[in-house]
Amino acid sequence: MKQLIELNVNGIAYDVIVSPEDLLVDVLRQKLGLTGTKKGCGQGDCGTCTVLIDGRRALSCLTLAIACRGKTILTIEGMEADGRLHPIQQAFIDKGAIQCGFCTPGMVMAAKALLDENPDPTVEQIKRGLSGNLCRCTGYVKIVDAVQEAARRMRAAQSQEVSR
Amino acid sequence: MTASESNTFRWVGKSVPRVDAADKVRGRALYTDDIVLPGMVYAKIKPSTIAHGRIRRIDLGKALQLPGVLAAITGEECPVPFSVNNYKPTEMPLAKDKVVYYGEGVAAVAAVDEKTAARAVELIEVEYEELPVLLDPREAMARDDVRIHDWAESNINYEGKQQFGDPEDELRKSHVVVENSFFSSYTHCGFLEPQSTIADYNPGTGRLTVYTCNQLPHYLQQTIARTIGMPMEKIRVIVPTVGGAFGGKTEATPACMVACLLSRKLGRPVKITYTRQEVFFQNKGRHPCLMKMKMGFDAQGRITAVDFDCLLDGGAHSSWGFVVMWFIAALTHLPYKIPVVRYRGKRVFTNKPTAGAQRCLGGVQVRICVEGLLDMGAEKLGLNPYEIRMINACETGYKTPTVIEVRHSEFKKCLESVARRSGIVDKYGKLPFGRGIGMAGGHYSTGGAFLLYPSYRPHSTANIRVDTEAGVTVYIGATGIGQGAHTVMCQMAAEVLGIDYRDVHLVCQDTMLAPMDNGTFDSRLTYGAGHAIKRAALDVRAKLFEVAAAVLGVRRDHLDCRDGEIFSIYEPKRRIPFQKAVAQYLSSVGPLFGTGEYTPPQPKGDYEGKLIGPTPAFGFTAQAVELEVDLETGKIKILGYWEAGDCGKPINPMAVEGQVEGAISMGLGAALYEEMVMDIEGRMLNPNFHDYKMPTTMDMPDLSLEIVDSYDPTSAFGNKEVGEGPVGPVIPAILNALYDAIGVRFTEVPVKPEKILQALGKIESAGQPRLYVAQAPSECARPGCAPGEGG
Repeated sequence: MKQLIELNVNGIAYDVIVSPEDLLVDVLRQKLGLTGTKKGCGQGDCGTCTVLIDGRRALSCLTLAIACRGKTILTIEGMEADGRLHPIQQAFIDKGAIQCGFCTPGMVMAAKALLDENPDPTVEQIKRGLSGNLCRCTGYVKIVDAVQEAARRMRAAQSQEVSR
Repeated sequence: MTASESNTFRWVGKSVPRVDAADKVRGRALYTDDIVLPGMVYAKIKPSTIAHGRIRRIDLGKALQLPGVLAAITGEECPVPFSVNNYKPTEMPLAKDKVVYYGEGVAAVAAVDEKTAARAVELIEVEYEELPVLLDPREAMARDDVRIHDWAESNINYEGKQQFGDPEDELRKSHVVVENSFFSSYTHCGFLEPQSTIADYNPGTGRLTVYTCNQLPHYLQQTIARTIGMPMEKIRVIVPTVGGAFGGKTEATPACMVACLLSRKLGRPVKITYTRQEVFFQNKGRHPCLMKMKMGFDAQGRITAVDFDCLLDGGAHSSWGFVVMWFIAALTHLPYKIPVVRYRGKRVFTNKPTAGAQRCLGGVQVRICVEGLLDMGAEKLGLNPYEIRMINACETGYKTPTVIEVRHSEFKKCLESVARRSGIVDKYGKLPFGRGIGMAGGHYSTGGAFLLYPSYRPHSTANIRVDTEAGVTVYIGATGIGQGAHTVMCQMAAEVLGIDYRDVHLVCQDTMLAPMDNGTFDSRLTYGAGHAIKRAALDVRAKLFEVAAAVLGVRRDHLDCRDGEIFSIYEPKRRIPFQKAVAQYLSSVGPLFGTGEYTPPQPKGDYEGKLIGPTPAFGFTAQAVELEVDLETGKIKILGYWEAGDCGKPINPMAVEGQVEGAISMGLGAALYEEMVMDIEGRMLNPNFHDYKMPTTMDMPDLSLEIVDSYDPTSAFGNKEVGEGPVGPVIPAILNALYDAIGVRFTEVPVKPEKILQALGKIESAGQPRLYVAQAPSECARPGCAPGEGG
C-alpha cells in the first residue's frame, strides 16, 4: 500500500508517496529529480548509486525508500556548500579523475564516507574504501590520486582552522 | 604548425581540467536516463526464453488489457533488418519468426510507468518451437542443417582472404618457424551507463527526435530512417552525456528502434532504459576468436612470413563482424615489418549474444598471436624479448605489403623506454621460479579511412561561428564518450584563435545542429576533428586578421593572436582585443563564420578487404609487466607495469594518461578475470557485474607510464591515437611474463588461478578440454561449451 513519508535529503524535508517496494535510487531520481545519483546495475554490484545515509555509505539501489524515514540522506547534489565544491569534488577535477563521469557521483560519496571516518588514509586504505565502486574508464589511478589529494587539502584546511 | 612551433603552443599539450568535469562532479551532467519529457511513457521488451527457435505464437491480449498499458508491438510491426555497416544485416527491432539468442526481444509494451510496462511484459504469452542451439562456431559450420540465418550457408556470416607473397614457400625457407593456436575471450565492453533511449515523435510535424547514448549519431540517424521508414531529414538524433561506450555503443540498440516505433504509434515520448542484464544480452563486445598463426624468421631474427587463420565467433547477428574480420587482417601488418602475409578469416553465427566492437577492435586478437610467437621465436633464436622486437619494429616511412605507409613512428622509442625502465633484458629468464617478466608491443590506427557507407564526403567537418552574442561556437559532429574529446576540441580551437579554451562553446552530438561526422570509433576523432577544427579556425582567423590589420595599420601577415588579443609580431604594442576585432568585423563586413573539413587519403592497392584498415596515422605503445605467481593458490600478483606510448603530440597529457590507464585496466580484466559464460542451452550465466568480474581498485597495480617525445607532421597538432592501442599488448605481455615465471605458454584468457594450478599439476584438469583450448593446459569444460575438437 502506498504511503506518504518524509524523506530528509540534503537537508531538505520532502513529502513523497512511496510503495513499500520502491527503492531509494528510483525515488531520488524519479520523484525528487535528483538524477546525480546513478543506477548502473540495480543489483548492488557497481556502486554508482552510492549515497550517505546518516553519514554511512549505502547503495541506494538496495535500500527501500520507506526504510529511510527519520534518517538523513546525502547525495552528490548536497556536497557543495556555500556555492563551493567539496574538496573531494575539486580534487577529482584537478587530478583528472573524471572521464565519462557515470561512476563519479558514487565514487565521490564513497570517498566522503571514507575520509569522514579516516582523514589520513594510506593508498591501500583508499583502494579498499573505493573497492565497491566500479569505474571502467580510468583504471582508478587518478581517482585514488584525487582522494589522496582531497585528504591532504582537507587536513591542511583543518589545521589552519585549528591554528586560527 | 610545425614540430618546432609545437613548443610554443598555448593550450595544446597542457593538462587542463576537462570542460565537462565540473558538471559531472556535481551530478549535473545529464545522461539519457536522467531526462524526463512532458507526457513521456515507458517501454519494456519481452525477452526470448530460448536461444534458438521459431516463434509459433505471441499473444498480447492480456498485456493490452492491463490498466495503464498504451500499446504493444511484436516483430511484425517492423521486420526490417539493420546493422551498423548495413552489410548483410540480420538484427531487427524485435525478432520475427525466429529468435537466435537467449534474451532477444520478441515483443514490447509501452505503459504509463515502468512498473506497469514490466508487469505487462510478463503477461505476454509466447510459444516457441525449439531448434538445436549452436554455441561453438566449429560446430555451427558443421551443421548446415541448422541454419541460424537461412541465407548463411554453414552458418558462415562472412569469409575472406588476403595474401601478400607466398607464405608456404617463405616459411619453408625460414631459419626458424614457430606456430601456435590461440583463443581470445568473450568479453563485454562493461560501460557503466546502461543504454537508454527516449524517442519523441511529433505527429503534428511528422518529426522524430531521438535522445540516446550512441557513439555515431549520424549513422544512427541514417539507420533509424532506413529501418522504420522515415526520411532522414525528419529525424534528429541528440546524444546526451554518454556514460562510457568503448565501442559497445557504436550500434543502434534494438530498444532504440522499438522506442521510435512505439513513439510513432503513440505520438508521445517513449523511454526505454536497459537493465544491466539486458545490456549483457545485447552485448556487442569483443569477438572471441580461435586463431592459428605460423611465423618464420631468418637467421638474424627478422620475420620472414606470417600465415594466419582466424575464426571469429560472431554470435547471433552481423553487427560489426565484416569490419572486425578485415580489421584483424589489417592490424597484422604492424607494428612489426612482415614482408609476406596470408590471412584467412571466417566469421560464423552462433546462438549467443552478438559480438561487435570493443576498444582496440581486432588489435587484441592479433596481438595475442604475434607477441606470443615473437617470444617463441626469440627463444629459438637465442634473442631476448626486447631484441626480437627492436629487430622487427617498424620505423617512419615503412610501407606494409598492404600499401599502407607509416608516415610517422616512434615505436622504437617506446620499446627502448619500456626495456630501460623495466630492466627486462637483465631480468628475463633470471628471476626465481614463480616470478617472471614479459613484454609486448602494439599500435592502432588513427583517423580511420573508411566510411561505413560508400561515399566520398568529408569524414569530419567543423563550422565555427564568432560573434559578440555567443562568442566562439564550434559546431562539429564529433561525440564525446568520456575519453575527453570535448576538452581537446576546445583546446585545439582555442590554440588557433588565441582565446581561452574555456571560452569555446561546443555544439556537438546533435545531428540537426552539427555537420555530419563519421563518429567516434577507430580512434579517428582527435585526428580528424583536429584537422577540421584547425582549418575552420584558420579560416576565421584569416578573416578576422584582415579587419584587425586595417584597424591596427599593419600587414595582416604580421599578426598573431594569443590570450584573447590580436597583435603584430613585430610591434607587439599594436594590439587589439579579440572581442573588439570581432565587433569590428561584424560591423564592417558582416557575419563571421569559418569552416573546415577533413577526409583521410583513400586506400591504395588492389586486394580484398582493402577499404578496412588503411589509416592516415598510427599510434604505438610498448608494455612490460613483472608478476609473481602464488604457487599454492594460483593467484597472479602484478609487481610492476611499464608502458611507453607514441601518441604524437599529446593535446592533453593528463587525458592521455587517463586513456592509457583505462586501457591497461581493460586489458588486465580480459587477461585475468573477464569472460561471458553460457550454459549448454545458450543462457548467459553471468549477465551482471557480480559474476562478470571487471577490475576494481584492488586489482589495479601501480602503473609507470611515459609519453615519448613525438610529433606527427601529418596531423593538425602533431597528435595521434592513444585510446585504443594500449589495450592490445596487455594480454600478451602477461602471457609472456607467465612463461618466464612458470615455463608454461598460456594461449587463452582469462588466466584464472585454477588454470595456473592445472598447469602446475596441483589440480587435475577434469573432464573434456574446454572449447578452443590450444596448447595450454585445459580447464574443465564449462556448461555451454559444446564438445568440440578440443586440443
